Amino acid sequence: MTAEEAVSRLASGMTLGIGGWGSRRKPMALVRALLRSEITDLTVVSYGGPDVGMLAAAGRVRKLVAAFATLDSIPLEPHFRAARERGAFELMEIDEAMFMWGLRAAANRLPFLPVRAGIGSDVMRVNPGLRTVTSPYDDGETFVAMPALHLDAAFVHVNRADRQGNGQYLGPDPYFDDLFCEAAGTAYVSCERLVDTAELTKDAPPQTLLINRHVVTGVVEAPNGAHFTSCAPDHGRDEAFQRHYATTPWGEFAERFLAGDEHAYQSAVQAWHKERS
Amino acid sequence: MTSSASPLGEVAVSTAPPTRAEYCVLACAEAWRGAGEILAGPMGLIPSLGARLAKWTFSPDLLLTDGEAMLVGLDGTPEGWLPYRRHLALATGGRRHVMMGASQLDRHGNQNISCIGDWERPRRQLLGVRGAPVNSLNHATSYWVPKHSRRVFVEKVDMVCGVGYDRAAEHPVTARYHHLPRVVSDLGVFDFATPDRSMRLASLHPGVTVGQVREATGFDLTVPDEVPYTREPGAAELRLIREVIDPENTRAREVRG
Repeated sequence: MTAEEAVSRLASGMTLGIGGWGSRRKPMALVRALLRSEITDLTVVSYGGPDVGMLAAAGRVRKLVAAFATLDSIPLEPHFRAARERGAFELMEIDEAMFMWGLRAAANRLPFLPVRAGIGSDVMRVNPGLRTVTSPYDDGETFVAMPALHLDAAFVHVNRADRQGNGQYLGPDPYFDDLFCEAAGTAYVSCERLVDTAELTKDAPPQTLLINRHVVTGVVEAPNGAHFTSCAPDHGRDEAFQRHYATTPWGEFAERFLAGDEHAYQSAVQAWHKERS
Repeated sequence: MTSSASPLGEVAVSTAPPTRAEYCVLACAEAWRGAGEILAGPMGLIPSLGARLAKWTFSPDLLLTDGEAMLVGLDGTPEGWLPYRRHLALATGGRRHVMMGASQLDRHGNQNISCIGDWERPRRQLLGVRGAPVNSLNHATSYWVPKHSRRVFVEKVDMVCGVGYDRAAEHPVTARYHHLPRVVSDLGVFDFATPDRSMRLASLHPGVTVGQVREATGFDLTVPDEVPYTREPGAAELRLIREVIDPENTRAREVRG
């Protein structure tokens, strides 16, 4: 399907999980398609990067569930910061491990999972809904009962996929993309290149097959679809363009790069690079 | 080993007295002394140099990452795979000693990297809590502050991310693995070896006075009658820092003088 078709299955008010980590292998083509739609009022669940920055800047986020938002080589995500400082969205700020166990709970159809994180910190103060649970065994330790992070939909971007929805990563880190898909009612996988099923394991070991088709709703071929975040080994992070994103007022950036479709975006980025060279 | 071993004959460089940045590298390295076969998790430039110095010298069994998903040797040779999911499992398994940054730090070792001001509507949004809550409850967590000031060393942090000793004491079972070995700043080394586990000046970097530290600290710091200086680097350690670990002298950009 196309990115537009994937986005057309979403609705305002949904909880959307976004894969990748920081400014690494983010499903940016899907995020850009979402920005072209009218969908808003989202609860976004993400190890945050520019996906969070853009959606927050565009006013599409009602609530964010995150441990951070960063551009990696630029530690602070400027558009996320600005949106947070003007009180643009509600925040469920949790620890990185709590986040993972929340996804695991959802993927395993458990209401919660115990985690030794959060207790003693202000994560408990800013999330008064969090409950604790005490071990029924002799140790008697108290844990945070991290509630399942159920997702209505998940977006992830991988290196290769087949038409059935089997997704393959070829970089060093799977991040939590399989878990996002398993925790979601529907999952949309974009990929650098759509290939025949047999090609997936022709030159790569079986453990690169990160995402199985039974948890995938739709596949979108989106070459350079993680741009400007990294997508090793297909492409690195476009650091120059990321700096441009981070230092350009949002309205100006959106007008030049996000007014048209994905093809127009990729062309505008090429033109921008050409201007500078 | 002396500087005469340098093929470039950079005698002047290698015999110059240690800079403040070099004392900081050494003080960070000391955090991992005797650590054994655990992951060193340095965040920031000088802690990264310190972890490498420790592995080069007195803690050869340390595990280091490439900053992404690989465990690597000192020459960058991959020796293991540590994507985020395994990294988080390693953290809760306890085989890790991180040295995190701190935008704010109080006398009990509560750390903030999330935001400045009221959390509901922060004056300055920073990174977010990241992994500080899980780190501080599960394995050794030290802190690095490149510019010691009253803005960082505060009476009360705005958002507790890394858990300090006062809060850990309220949850003795859950916090059974809580341990803050040290805080290193550009002025000195600090620990929590006091009866109430509040912060104490453990050593001054040579050239720094107690008065300077007090002036730059926004809370009542415990200062022993006799405060030692941070130890001097050996000639081999200085050579490693200057010629092998950080020949570009990037450390001077983080800490001057």
